[in-house]
Amino acid sequence: MSKVKTIHATPIAGDASKIVEVVHLGKSFGSNEVLRDIDFDVRTGEVVSIIGSSGSGKSTLLRCINLLETPTTGDILHHGQSILHGAHKVNDYRTHVGMVFQQFNLFNNLNVLQNCVVGQVRVLGRSKEIAEQKAMQYLEKVGMAQFIKAKPRQLSGGQKQRAAIARALAMEPEVLLFDEPTSALDPEMVGEVLKVMRDLASSGLTMLVVTHEMQFAREVSNRVVFMDKGVIVEDDVPEVIFNTPRHERTRSFLDRILDR
Amino acid sequence: MMYALAAATPETFWAWVIFIIQNYGSLFLIGARNTMFIAITGTAVGFAIGLLVAVVRTIPIKPSTPTPIKAVVRLSKVLLGVYIEVFRGTPMIVQAVVVYYGSLQLLGIDLSAMVAGILIVSINTGAYMAEIIRGGIESIDRGQTEAAQAIGMSHVKTMVFVILPQAIRNILPATGNELIVNIKDTSVLNIISVTELFFMSKSAAGTYFRYFEVFFVTSVVYLIMTFTVTQILRWLERKLDGPENYTVMGSQTTPAGTIHVHHGDHRPGLGGK
Repeated sequence: MSKVKTIHATPIAGDASKIVEVVHLGKSFGSNEVLRDIDFDVRTGEVVSIIGSSGSGKSTLLRCINLLETPTTGDILHHGQSILHGAHKVNDYRTHVGMVFQQFNLFNNLNVLQNCVVGQVRVLGRSKEIAEQKAMQYLEKVGMAQFIKAKPRQLSGGQKQRAAIARALAMEPEVLLFDEPTSALDPEMVGEVLKVMRDLASSGLTMLVVTHEMQFAREVSNRVVFMDKGVIVEDDVPEVIFNTPRHERTRSFLDRILDR
Repeated sequence: MMYALAAATPETFWAWVIFIIQNYGSLFLIGARNTMFIAITGTAVGFAIGLLVAVVRTIPIKPSTPTPIKAVVRLSKVLLGVYIEVFRGTPMIVQAVVVYYGSLQLLGIDLSAMVAGILIVSINTGAYMAEIIRGGIESIDRGQTEAAQAIGMSHVKTMVFVILPQAIRNILPATGNELIVNIKDTSVLNIISVTELFFMSKSAAGTYFRYFEVFFVTSVVYLIMTFTVTQILRWLERKLDGPENYTVMGSQTTPAGTIHVHHGDHRPGLGGK
């Protein structure tokens, strides 16, 4: 079981078919090591769910992928190009990797339509007309086209999250990261957000979802990643993870959370 | 001649007030105009200074930031901290004298009293505004910054399009306070002979030695100015908040309409399904 570990002093050339590839990634807050030696990737068209108990590091991994947290060690590759060490522009990379937050984080000073337009115009440099057209297209998709004039404070949690998904989609990213998108919602609003996410998954969007919704992870994902104490314990198809997990830690987590 | 003057001299308080308004009305108006001009210009320039200082003082220093940039940012932060301490920690009347006479003696720049006055009020207000705006920026939820960064916005774009519009709305009451304080505190500029309302009043009062009546009129003029400004700022705040209602766009399943949102109830009456 001995595994030879190579230490990469310089960024390595990865696999270009992988949208995002995480290589030997580690993250510490002070002396607290949150992520340890994470190797992980997302390919075009995949829907990957990350599950695990609170404090397992799954949200931190997602935030590292979008560089909202700076990894302490290791590298992140975008189509084989290093983001951390190369000449890659961070802000340019971020336009390819969208993010949906647990707390929605809609821009409070802008209405729903403007929320979906500002990034397209100010970052991608699209014209206002095209940006509004695209915004409307994605707001239709999430069922929020009626609410374009509303300010975030006037919306329910479920409506805010669907608007936030439209905002991320309007940037037309290669992969969309979801950080526990239904955890801050009232129970009756979880369904409307999960339905939107199911629709997106079946339309072929590449998604990476940190979630506590086991049914969603099981039914929608191509791959499920189980994390515990800052490491990836198991990374497999949902059938294996949920029915015949290889690791005891995965089994005990699922037994606990699924009450079986 | 002495008789003529004595005959024309009013005897009651209100008669004096009317007499003063009739004879020195234009003086009060010029003084009031100059006071408003200095206060508004000073607050506006001070606001701009405060904005710049606050944006610099909130630049995040990350471990990954290159060392030369780190050093420049750190040095700027220290210098700006000194600026704030000095101008908040000394009286404006003293600053006025030091800058007005010091600029000539030390730098050989002969400022007009008016220019020196505007300069003093601007720099002084800037020091206060810097702290007010920094507080405003830091009061905005971190999630707003993260969402802006996640769609690829730089620090400056995040500030300009997301954070500052919210921060400025939140600090509008404090900014209004600064403007009102400035309308009143420009009176200290009489020390360097700026022809603002207090200086003009002093001239008017000196002629007949009627300090009470003249400064009664002066206080009414100050009150009218501050009250008017207060009302305009209230109106501006309401306008920036926008309507409490929003329009629902018509669709095939839901007719167009207006949703009324009540204060304290952030959930609209119409579901989103």
